[in-house]
Amino acid sequence: MTEDTKFHHGDAAADVAPIVEMKNIEKHFGNIIALAGVSFDVKPGECHCLLGDNGAGKSTFIKTMSGVHKPTKGEIFFEGKPLHFDTPRDAMEAGIATVFQDLAMIPLMSVTRNFFMGREPTKGKGLMKRFDVEQANDVCMEEMRKMGINLRGPDQAVGTLSGGERQTVAIARAVYFGAKILILDEPTSALGVRQTSNVLATIDKVRSQGVGVVFISHNVRHALAVGDRFTVLNRGKTLGTATRGEITPEQLQDLMAGGQEMAELEGSLGGTV
Amino acid sequence: MSDSAQVAGDERVKKEPFMTKLMKRPELGAMAGVVLVVIFFAITADDSMFTLAGIMNFMTPAAQLGILAIGAALLMIGGEFDLSIGSMVAFAGLFFGVCVVTWQLPLIVAIPMTFIFAAFVGAINGNIVIRSGLPSFIVTLAFLFILRGLSLVGLKAATGGSTQLRGVRDVVENDWLAPFFSGEAFGGLFTWLAEKGMIDTFKSGAPKVPGIPVEILWFIVLALAATYVLLRTPAGNWIFASGGDSTAASNSGVPVNRVKVSLFMLTACCAALVAIITVIDAGSTDARRGFQKEFEAIIAAVIGGCLLTGGYGSAIGAFFGAIIFGMVVIGLTYTDFDQDWFQVFLGAMLLIAVLFNNAIRKRVTGER
Ligand SMILES: Nc1ncnc2c1ncn2[C@@H]1O[C@H](COP(=O)(O)OP(=O)(O)OP(=O)(O)O)[C@@H](O)[C@H]1O
Ligand SMILES: [Mg+2]
Repeated sequence: MTEDTKFHHGDAAADVAPIVEMKNIEKHFGNIIALAGVSFDVKPGECHCLLGDNGAGKSTFIKTMSGVHKPTKGEIFFEGKPLHFDTPRDAMEAGIATVFQDLAMIPLMSVTRNFFMGREPTKGKGLMKRFDVEQANDVCMEEMRKMGINLRGPDQAVGTLSGGERQTVAIARAVYFGAKILILDEPTSALGVRQTSNVLATIDKVRSQGVGVVFISHNVRHALAVGDRFTVLNRGKTLGTATRGEITPEQLQDLMAGGQEMAELEGSLGGTV
Repeated sequence: MSDSAQVAGDERVKKEPFMTKLMKRPELGAMAGVVLVVIFFAITADDSMFTLAGIMNFMTPAAQLGILAIGAALLMIGGEFDLSIGSMVAFAGLFFGVCVVTWQLPLIVAIPMTFIFAAFVGAINGNIVIRSGLPSFIVTLAFLFILRGLSLVGLKAATGGSTQLRGVRDVVENDWLAPFFSGEAFGGLFTWLAEKGMIDTFKSGAPKVPGIPVEILWFIVLALAATYVLLRTPAGNWIFASGGDSTAASNSGVPVNRVKVSLFMLTACCAALVAIITVIDAGSTDARRGFQKEFEAIIAAVIGGCLLTGGYGSAIGAFFGAIIFGMVVIGLTYTDFDQDWFQVFLGAMLLIAVLFNNAIRKRVTGER
């Protein structure tokens, strides 16, 4: 099970205190119960994968972690203290950065303006305090280059980028600002082979710097390549958490599909899924 | 991880011609519009339109509208509308009139109070829009009527039955603050220019144009300040983001609600500024003040390149949009055309501007 990856996995010791701990989170949208009591934690220097079927509640769950949704019930502890974020801005200031599934990008705005949206670097003091456009442009181009994408220019509108380029901007932005927790909701869904491996390598890099990573993916191989722990959600509940080495890829895949139907598919597709 | 081979430049970028670069600026349409309108009037209008006196003549109404249009433009870029700014001019005018005439307050107290009052009404407007989640179009349409009605009722209460409150000029005439909000600035400069024979004079030797009307200065200062805020401050980025996609902006950490409420307050303050200037100028206030200015301000903003859907536009564009407006309204009196062509002109311009903006937006977003 360990030979499938070139990454040295975070050896987050079992006794390290988690950065964020979520206990029995419930989230209701009117009469829809999206989350029915999910517990989850992230430790510094680990990559915790959140897996599950479509509609299982993964995105809803990470949105309660990043301040977008307020949980209907349940508790959130940040560095040991009970806390709830009123806005995504609060979560960001605490050091949590997120790549949302919908990317949270504004097509009419330039790449740089998107990259620094809400966290613009400034220069000058008092009334002369202003958006440091030159520095912002440089940082943005540099961070994008690190992800393996060369932008034509920092003032290109995000609406004119390709799907994968857009996704990369969102990832680069989160990596740049994710001081303590980096949440990635299906970050590689539109990426090419080289960019995907860049993203996985980036996860490995920030993890080694002590950042806790939450990684959502439908791809078992990607999850296994970087994950230290795996939590599987199904219909708003956790099916359990497994540590790397405790579980085989086949078992994980079955869990992700809710334990159904995979066997049938396996036959006709020759195990290529 | 980085590709050093690609750092030098991108082989997939054609050199962008200067014109295409210009085409991407939102204010381009309005600038082109100004040129066209100037050409039109240079051909059809009496020569006196483009003398110094003629220019001041159309710049004064342009400035009064432009102050509103810049506020409206910022709000539109932020993704909201305010249809109540015209009524707000009347309402703020009433409040200001009551402050100086009925309560006999000096301007140094009355003017800040008027701005605070306007900002408060703007905040109510904004909070209702944000909290209800209703389109600002509907909420502010309600305020269009509410504020206009309150202005009428209030005027009658303040004057004992009249819809006009007089006597403003008498009480503010000698106030030291009055020159900032009325009359002309740089009088000395214009007298000097007249003495040197550089500008037209009356027979007595006094300049035909005694100075620059203060509203024109306010208009220019406001346009520059708004442009600076939009392009060079974090707040400007937040305004574009809030209007572009409020969910995405909020998820990225932009305090969208605060941005939007502030913009509503700012537009109301722009209306209050116009109210103060025009009330002092006229020496009285009445319930029809600012009538239909909300539409004219929004039209000027749209001509200036603001998208109705928000997230795109410019303050400089609104500046030129308002100048086009002033030129057309006043310019027609210098021609042989029936003045009522004004409305046709206006509608046509609006239509052309919207079509043009739509094309530009498709260009910017890559035809998606
Ligand atoms: N704002 C909302 N209002 C009502 N229902 C919602 C809302 N957001 C999510 N849901 C519901 O909650 C459930 C979980 O959705 P969620 O987006 O979290 O799924 P997911 O696990 O991220 O799925 P996917 O893998 O497809 O992204 C879905 O059934 C969805 O319909
Ligand atoms: Mg999802």
